[in-house]
Amino acid sequence: MPQLPGLLKGLGVTARTAARTLFPKRGMRTLIPAPQQGSVTVQYPHEKEAPPDRARGVIALHEENCTACMLCSRSCPDWCIYIEGHKVKAPPRRAGGKARTVNMVDRFDIDYALCMYCGICVDVCPFDALFWTPEYEYSEPNIADLLHDRIRLGEWMETVPEFQAYEQGSEQKVRAVPDFGPEDFAPARKLGADDAESDGARRLASAESDGARRLASGDGS
Amino acid sequence: MSELTLTGALGLAYWAETSIKLGVALVVIPTAALMLGYLFLLKMMAFMQSRLGPQDVGPSGSLQLIADAIKFLQKEDIHPAAADRRVFRAAPVVVLASSFLLFVVLPTGPDAVVENLDTGVFYALAVSSLSVLGVLMAGWASASKYALLGGLRAAGQLIAYELPLILAVMGVVIQANSLNLQEIVRAQATGEIFGFGFVGNPFILTQFIGFLIFMISAQAELTQTPFDMPVAETELVGGFHVEYTGFRFLLFFMAEVATTFAFSALATVLFLGGWWIPGFDFDAPILNVLGPMVMLAKILLVAFVIFWIRFTYPRLREDQLQKFAWKVLIPLSLANIVVTGIFKVVL
Amino acid sequence: MSPATVSDGARRFAPGAAALREQQAYVAGQAADARVNVELDTGDMTLNIGPQHPATHGTLRIACRLDGEQVIAAEPLMGYMHRGYEKLCEVRTYPQCTTLINRIDWLGSFANEVPFILAAEQLMGVEAPPRAQWIRTILFELSRIANVSLFLGDMGVQIGALTPVFFAFRDRERVLNQIEEVTGGRFHPNFDRIGGLKDDLPRGWIAETHAVMAKMRGFCDEMEDLLMGNEIFQTRCRGVGVIPKDVALSHGLSGANLRASGVDWDLRRDANPGLAWDQIDWRVWTHPDGDSFARYWVRMQETREATKIVDQLLDSIPSGPIMTKVPLIIKVPAGEAYVSTENPLGEMGYYVVSKGGLGPFRVKIRTPSFSNISIVPWVMRGTYVPDIITILGSLYFILGDIDR
Ligand code: SF4
Ligand code: SF4
Repeated sequence: MPQLPGLLKGLGVTARTAARTLFPKRGMRTLIPAPQQGSVTVQYPHEKEAPPDRARGVIALHEENCTACMLCSRSCPDWCIYIEGHKVKAPPRRAGGKARTVNMVDRFDIDYALCMYCGICVDVCPFDALFWTPEYEYSEPNIADLLHDRIRLGEWMETVPEFQAYEQGSEQKVRAVPDFGPEDFAPARKLGADDAESDGARRLASAESDGARRLASGDGS
Repeated sequence: MSELTLTGALGLAYWAETSIKLGVALVVIPTAALMLGYLFLLKMMAFMQSRLGPQDVGPSGSLQLIADAIKFLQKEDIHPAAADRRVFRAAPVVVLASSFLLFVVLPTGPDAVVENLDTGVFYALAVSSLSVLGVLMAGWASASKYALLGGLRAAGQLIAYELPLILAVMGVVIQANSLNLQEIVRAQATGEIFGFGFVGNPFILTQFIGFLIFMISAQAELTQTPFDMPVAETELVGGFHVEYTGFRFLLFFMAEVATTFAFSALATVLFLGGWWIPGFDFDAPILNVLGPMVMLAKILLVAFVIFWIRFTYPRLREDQLQKFAWKVLIPLSLANIVVTGIFKVVL
Repeated sequence: MSPATVSDGARRFAPGAAALREQQAYVAGQAADARVNVELDTGDMTLNIGPQHPATHGTLRIACRLDGEQVIAAEPLMGYMHRGYEKLCEVRTYPQCTTLINRIDWLGSFANEVPFILAAEQLMGVEAPPRAQWIRTILFELSRIANVSLFLGDMGVQIGALTPVFFAFRDRERVLNQIEEVTGGRFHPNFDRIGGLKDDLPRGWIAETHAVMAKMRGFCDEMEDLLMGNEIFQTRCRGVGVIPKDVALSHGLSGANLRASGVDWDLRRDANPGLAWDQIDWRVWTHPDGDSFARYWVRMQETREATKIVDQLLDSIPSGPIMTKVPLIIKVPAGEAYVSTENPLGEMGYYVVSKGGLGPFRVKIRTPSFSNISIVPWVMRGTYVPDIITILGSLYFILGDIDR
């Protein structure tokens, strides 16, 4: 059979694609144009794409686990994580035990205007305090608002998906996302005492005003 | 012309009739161009590329082009510092005027024609090449190398493609015995092929080669791919209209779509039997209403092919185009004329 | 191609006084030329293609001297997007470097990481476990498909066909989705680690990828009908920008550009740096013509071949760990290593010098696009303006790969 000229074949390809886009359903019954299904377009603000679970959208902070060890901040390639913390004496977990020293986070900011979404911070964190979530809708009209503080980063925790199971043949263990409570109680739970609520809240308030003062006086970060 | 013209029927003066026709034409043409732009340029292209096309403005995005036009009107009108300002401003008007002038002679019914010139074919082809003048003006006045190259290419293309275009139409003219577009429609309506005259004789059947050549040359005349060298975005970044912004760019854009519409109409009249509907009396007044509709359907069909080719093919190189025009199209169309002439004399 | 040439080259980077004078004289000469052209000679015209031009995919500038539409001389001028990655790597640790390296050839990011990590592994004397190597190879080939399939469509747009590039974007998205599902990043995976990989494959991924590979083969067939078989495409590309074998070799071309000139040279086969290519059955495609069409054809075949490579690798992934034991804080012992791989665009190599610190002491990156466009002045002489675009398109460079 002689070869069809490429010119005609090309026309065939475009016509076929148009037909497939307009009439994606098979069979004669469905000759109603349905380009919404046939096309690959996602009409973004109206419908949303679901990125895979591992997608690096935004980083969530589980503050309870964070010890302000600064590892993430130091290993960030563009140094866009700002951490401040202080040590607090906490009552022993069990009666009769030794008093503990707990690291409280005063400030934990990630500047998403600088972040390269490399994921190194999440990888290096030895205490499972940082997690990726696939959320992507947090653009801001003002670039300064891209600096997410620990409250905002903590809110992202709700969107962290469970870790996926691995393909067979893998020897990796599936990690678990830690439980998270309401964000205001996180520092309190870390202290672990019965009177933690009032104590933690007080400390939290003082720490925050502390941080604010330091920032205002210009020696913060 | 038939005796049963509008003038006869309604007793209108010549000037009144003409101004009514002009008014209708001025409404119909932009609407038609918009429709063409929306249907093919936006939607069909999107579907051919697995996309959805515009969706938000109006139902299925059908008012997108109007929104675009409003956007263009808001933009700043920029002149390049070194531009020849007067020529620069005049160029888009010239281009648009040429495509509007084309519509003057296109018949859409026994009386639904703005001006039924006796040399309609001649007029249409002459007026259509005016647009190249505008393109050349734009290219020269922009004081940009890309625009200049685009303008020069357009001029070169004109010379190469006007010839086969005219020669292709010659075949039709010989067969119809007239330069009058109305008469050409009549010849197709009353003609018969091998004694079978119900559908008349659309010249696409007897002048198939002519039709092909006409379509190819029209593609070049309209600077549609594969002959869009004057605008070639990836080489000349838009060619002659690279320096235009806002309203003036809009004029170029409108001219492009309107000219495509006009050429589709010309092809319909010359080769596809025009507005005539088989089974009707040629002068039936009802055809003044039905004719334009039939005409529109045929125009859309031709325009579909033009845009289909545009979305599918890559573009040729300027020298390849010249070679193709001079070595293939022109000899072919000359042969077509000779064969048509022989048949005309013999039969 | 060998470490020696690179360190020789390092000396050449600093121009001596004589070279500087020569350069200044050249610039002055050019300026004088330009003046004379304006005043006396109306025959020639200097046309700057770029730095902002749709055909340069970024900010490459090609200064052309034209006689009418014919090119008398063409010179690529680059550096508009220089980001200083070689220098930046010196003040970063090894894991941090990979995030920068991702951004060199941004269409095939994962493939950029591999040679750098391999060089570091070579210095440390560790080797990734087989499962990690397999997954590396799969992702490497996936980024090749993502990269080259875009070329297959983009070439159409360069010469005026609107539709192919949309097909390419449509189908490349499927591959990017697969990459994202494993690595978390569509464009910048940052997934390769010294000693292995960051994570293992998620469940169900292998079957999905098989399906995507079948789709990509369909895409190749479609492109063949739509573009490669098109007579207009062939008249535009055949015999345009012919690069003979010896010229290609002497300009240091690599990758599909070299194979399209008939040189049977593929680092995946010839110098397998320890990935899984030698475990499976595949072939290297070459074309004897050396013109733009040959380059397109070779890339088309390579995309098909890559889908087959991925299919085979997916079926034979060994089980096991994906990471060997490496210290938490990576210090690479002092030494030098050069590793290059056959990236989507050609030979990409990293010459890593370590003084035993946390980060490299010096990194020299050999990028394929940089060498590939060095042929531009040679191949463009005497062509027409539209051919410039065809040739640039078919040489296929990524701006980030030229100015790194
Ligand atoms: S993901 Fe962002 S914040 Fe985390 S290390 Fe990378 S650049 Fe820094
Ligand atoms: S997030 Fe992790 S690495 Fe960063 S300071 Fe907290 S505990 Fe340390």
